[in-house]
Formats: sequence, C-alpha cells, structure tokens
Amino acid sequence: MYVAVKGGEAAIDNAHRLLAEVRRGDPAVPELSVAQIRAQMALLVDRVMTEGSLHDPDLAALALKQARGDVVEAVFLVRAFRTTLPRFGASVPVDTGAMAVERRISATFKDLPGGQVLGPTFDYTHRLIDFALAAEGEVEPAAEAEPRADAALCPRVTDLLARDGLIEASPMDEGAPVGDLTREPVDYPADRALRLQALARGDEGFVLGLAYSTQRGYGRTHPFVGEIRVGEVAVAFVPEELGFAVPLGRVRLTECQMVNQFKGSGATPPQFTRGYGLSFGQSERKAMAMALVDRALRAEELGEPVTSPAQDQEFVLAHCDSLQATGFVEHLKLPHYVDFQAELELVRRLRAEFEQKPEPVEMQEAAE
Amino acid sequence: MSGTQTFPSPRARGEGRGDLVVDAASPQGEGEGGFPGESPPVPPPHPRLPPRFADDEVGETLSPQAGRGDAQRTTDQQSGYNFAYLDEGTKRMIRRAILKGIAVPGYQVPFASREMPMPYGWGTGGVQVTAAILGRSDVLKVIDQGADDTTNAVSIRRFFAKTSGVATTTRTAEATVIQTRHRIPETPLTEGQTLVYQVPIPEPLRFLEPRETETRQLHALAEYGAMHVKLYEDISRHGHIATTYAYPVEVAGRYVMDPSPTPKFDNPKMDDCPALQLFGAGRERRIYAVPPYTRVRSLDFEDHPFRVQEFTHPCALCGADGVYLDEMLLDDAGRRMFVCSDTDHCEGRRADGHVGTGDAI
Repeated sequence: MYVAVKGGEAAIDNAHRLLAEVRRGDPAVPELSVAQIRAQMALLVDRVMTEGSLHDPDLAALALKQARGDVVEAVFLVRAFRTTLPRFGASVPVDTGAMAVERRISATFKDLPGGQVLGPTFDYTHRLIDFALAAEGEVEPAAEAEPRADAALCPRVTDLLARDGLIEASPMDEGAPVGDLTREPVDYPADRALRLQALARGDEGFVLGLAYSTQRGYGRTHPFVGEIRVGEVAVAFVPEELGFAVPLGRVRLTECQMVNQFKGSGATPPQFTRGYGLSFGQSERKAMAMALVDRALRAEELGEPVTSPAQDQEFVLAHCDSLQATGFVEHLKLPHYVDFQAELELVRRLRAEFEQKPEPVEMQEAAE
Repeated sequence: MSGTQTFPSPRARGEGRGDLVVDAASPQGEGEGGFPGESPPVPPPHPRLPPRFADDEVGETLSPQAGRGDAQRTTDQQSGYNFAYLDEGTKRMIRRAILKGIAVPGYQVPFASREMPMPYGWGTGGVQVTAAILGRSDVLKVIDQGADDTTNAVSIRRFFAKTSGVATTTRTAEATVIQTRHRIPETPLTEGQTLVYQVPIPEPLRFLEPRETETRQLHALAEYGAMHVKLYEDISRHGHIATTYAYPVEVAGRYVMDPSPTPKFDNPKMDDCPALQLFGAGRERRIYAVPPYTRVRSLDFEDHPFRVQEFTHPCALCGADGVYLDEMLLDDAGRRMFVCSDTDHCEGRRADGHVGTGDAI
C-alpha cells in the first residue's frame, strides 16, 4: 500500500552536505584560495561585481568559490548580501574624464590627446591554447615605457566632439535625485538612468545578444566606438554633517561611449548621438553591449520607430536580469503536481468527449 | 589563501545599527505603498517605541493567537540578521503596500521587492509579505502543493524558524500565518488567520496583453472584455472553459485578480473567507490583498456557470470526499492511486479514525 513519504528535511540537509563535498572536489588537489580567484580569475570577479551591483572583489571571489564557478549563482550570492546592506547615501558622480587610464582606445580618431593605449587586452592575440600554461612557470615581466607628455591629459572623445556641437550634449546634472532600481519598482516608461542601471546589472549574455541584434538590422543604430577606457577613478561622498566631499577610495571601471548616426529633426540639426556603457573592472564586452542597447532604447526619445526587441524597454528591462530569469525558469523544477492534476483532468475529459463524437463530417464550404 | 583574511559579517557592515538604517536612499519612496514625503525620515516629534516592540503589538492586534496545540518554538535564531531577515525600514515599506492592497481589494500595488536569499520564482514575494507581518507570537505554517513536507515548503519554513525563531506548525487550525503555494487548505480558515500566497505572475491579463503599460490602463478602466472573450473562445473550441488553475476572479465587484496558480477547485474558498488573504509577487514586484469577508467571484457565463473539478474517487488513505486529490503512479502498468493533496487534512482525518480503501485504480 502507498504510504505518504516524509523526510524532506533530512533529504535537503544531505543534499547540501553532498554539495559541499562536491564543491571541494578531490581533496588531493590543493584548495583554491579566494586571493587566487581574485587575482587570477579577475575578469570573472569583475563580471560578478558588475551584475551583482556591488564593488567588493573579495566578496565576489568568495561567491565564485562558493558557487563552484557558476556566474549567475555567484551574482545571486552577492545580490542577496547586498540587499542587507544599509544605504546611507549616494556618492558624488565619478569623473571618468579624470580616470587613471590603463587602456584607452578610440575607433573614431587615429590619434587624439592622451593617445591610444592598448593596455592588457586579448585583442590581437591568436586564440591558440597555450600548453605552457598547464605547467607552472614564471611570467616575463611586462615592458615599461616613459609616459607620453600628454598622458595625464586624456579627455573623453565625446567631450572633444561636443566642443564643436557635433554630438548631442551630455544631459546636464540638475542635482535631481537618481532613481534606484533596487529600491523602487520600475514604472514604465523608465527614464534613461533607470534603464542604464538595469543594463549594467543585466546578464552579459542577454545584453550582448540584444546588442548584436541591433547590428543585424533589428533596430539599427549605426554605431562607432568613440572610446573605450579602463582604469581607476576616485569615489567621493559628501557626508551631510561635513558638507564637503570626502574621498572614499578608488574603483576600477570600464566605460564605453558609442557615437551613433542621427539625421536630425525639424528642431535639431544633424548631429551624432550617444550610447553609454559602464561596468566594474575590465568588462569591455559588457560595456559595449550596454552602450549599443542604451542607444537602441532611446529610439522613442529620438523619434525613431520602435520595431525591434532591443528598442522595446518593457521587453529589455523586464528580461535582462539574470536572477529574475534564472529564478523563474528554474522554478519549473518545483513541484507543480496540483496544477498538472487539474490539467490532466481536463485533458482526460476532452479526450473522452472526443471519443464519443460521431465521425467528423467532411468540411463543407459555408455559403453564409 | 592567507589565514588572517576575514570577510566582514553583515553586522560589521552596519546591519543592526539602527542609526544607519534609513527608509530609502531616494525620496521617490518605494512604489505606490510608499509615501513620497516621508523619506528620508525626519526625527519623530514624540518618542517612539523601538520597531521590535511595535512588531509584537501589531502582531498581537492583527493576529490573536490561535490554539497552540503542539506548536514548537524554535530558539536557534541565527544572529547577524534582523527579526525575520528584513530590516525594519523594508518591512514598513511592505506593510504600507499591504495596507493599500487591503484598502483596494484585488488591486496590484507595486512595491520595492528586495533580493532575497532564495531565487525569484521560488516564493520571494510570499516570503517578503510573511516577513513583514510576522510577530514573535505568530505560529507559522508553510505549504507547497498542499503539503508541509515538499522541499521548498521545508526550506521556507526553516528560513523563518532560523531568522525569526517563531513557532512553526503543520496544523492549519493552529497557524496564525499560513504561507502557501498553489493550494488553499481544506480546513476552513478562521478570523485572525492570514493566508499568504506566493504569486508568479500577478497580472491576470498578462497572457492576453504582455505590456504592463496596457494592462494597468485596462484595470483602471475595468476593461475586462478580453478576458471574457478568452473564456468564451475556450467554450466554443472545447465545450468547456479550459482554464483549470489560476482561474480569474473578480474581487469586491471591481478588480479582476489572479488567484495565483491554485486549482480552480480552491476558488470558492476565497469567497467571503474569514481570514485575511495576502498575495506577494517578488519578481514582478506586486502585492495585492483580499480582506476578510470579501466577495470573490470566479468569472463565468449564465449558460456556462463556474464549476470546480470533481474527483470520482475518495482519498485512498483517509476516504475524504470533496477534497483535492494528487494522483500517484504506482507502477508502469498504469496502476494509480488518488490521495489528499492537503497532507495536514489527511493526517487529521486518519488520526480521527477515518480510513480509506487503500486501493489502487
């Protein structure tokens, strides 16, 4: 006879113990340290910080260790931690123009103040597996050079274009409070600041796919990489009791400014428009994809027809978050037998009625 | 890794330091439940009780103790987090949304859903609602598919036992707060009890109109024609309304509401229910409510009145009729058995001496 099964609690505990053992793997192999992950899986750490919306490399590295390297799971851990932190204010906007540039490239000008700085990049490497890396060994130190005379001055390309009015002006900072996606439900239509927040937190793969779709004609934006820059910027905060900015520290950022064609309208002369991307650490793919989708989402504002997914903010904002997506997709693992029973009953009834029906008559052309 | 490196605990980062906690960083409030003028908070003109005391008072006023029975008080409260995990500012924000939901039955109130330590789609909305209303004297029951021992129900019950230390129970009659996924208990609910539903898609019109901007307008205008057309098309195509769960209801003669994916079998229990019914959708950031003794009508037509599922056999374990049953597959020859979906109800009946046939079908 059937007996209702109990014991969910013990099963859960045992599953988690097994998970811990499997996470550690073969005990004969030395355990990964958080410092190793932070130093040697740096781009992964950057991605977890970016999508986790929290700048804390140690925590991101620990999350990756705990998540067995699953990025979305690590982002989840970081976000769940972040949600418990108190908010005591917003920093002064960071000045990416004053960034200590490690890498800075422009696809729109061959040379420009501050120069083209390649920095550490996979670009131009031949993607051949380096079997020498399988054996441990010392790395040849990087070459050093005297900085260019104008290295300290590295203005943003968009600022140079804006001087001649060739590109739309950056929106003025009117001191209005910036919304916070994590503290308020999105009310459509969402303003650009909220859209950028959503894209910055959005899943890299999803945002990349959308960005790619704009290049293949689904909401074309005619983009040029005005500039990508990677480096540290200073973060400052104005405590109310002091009334002046206090430096908090420095964070490493990747900024991408896309320059996009725009034919102008009756009210505005032809000029280039902007698409903007910003991420923690070195996350160029994400910053570029974000900039393309940001520009695509401005279609309505710029009077362009909204015809493609990347231009549709309800579509993009409601689906770009990896945690929301993974949670709802994976919840299908949860038991649904009550609802399935309801469907079974209906399908059985409909099938019984189908069986009882007389042979279907040949469809006749209806006269009426 | 160097042995000296430590990672800050949530407490070290400021959690638990009431002087740092503010309602919201942005003065826009937190959704419709928020009061725009209230944040950042100004010092109150009179001394206030610490939130934790208020919690108990509110708890005792709103949910008087049901019978305690064999309810067990858990004491291994995990340190480092606030009572029931959420900070008091967040709870206030959620309570405001709940109050607005109660004031406008069936209306979906946007709220600033937090990122919880369990995945979206796994009950984060229900968990936040429960966390916001839970007081120290509450007795909590958590069910999934009608059962207390399904894995996710176990997980959520343990979460609250760990973070709040409140007593938990599996008995419907003993519970003051019942969090549920996909079922309403068979034992009739009573005054003072609160049923918290986990909701995946709060918008009943979502599969007819995917855009939030459109559906908000349709609700504002009480324009529910599309839903009736959908039900009518079911009848013309299949001879029946082919919606078997998440069957749309009209609340208090105004808003059409998604009852969450409960089988339509449970819809009549929502009508004129003495208990407070709260609905939390975490991923979609909506809260809605049905106050006690409110009219909840399942949509239908005069010539096709609403009907619930009927089972041809009673529960094989306790012999109950007129309850919702789970179908168990016993072998690969098609032998099946139907047993109560509500495990507490089934156990209670068997304890009272009711016996089913135990037969397979």
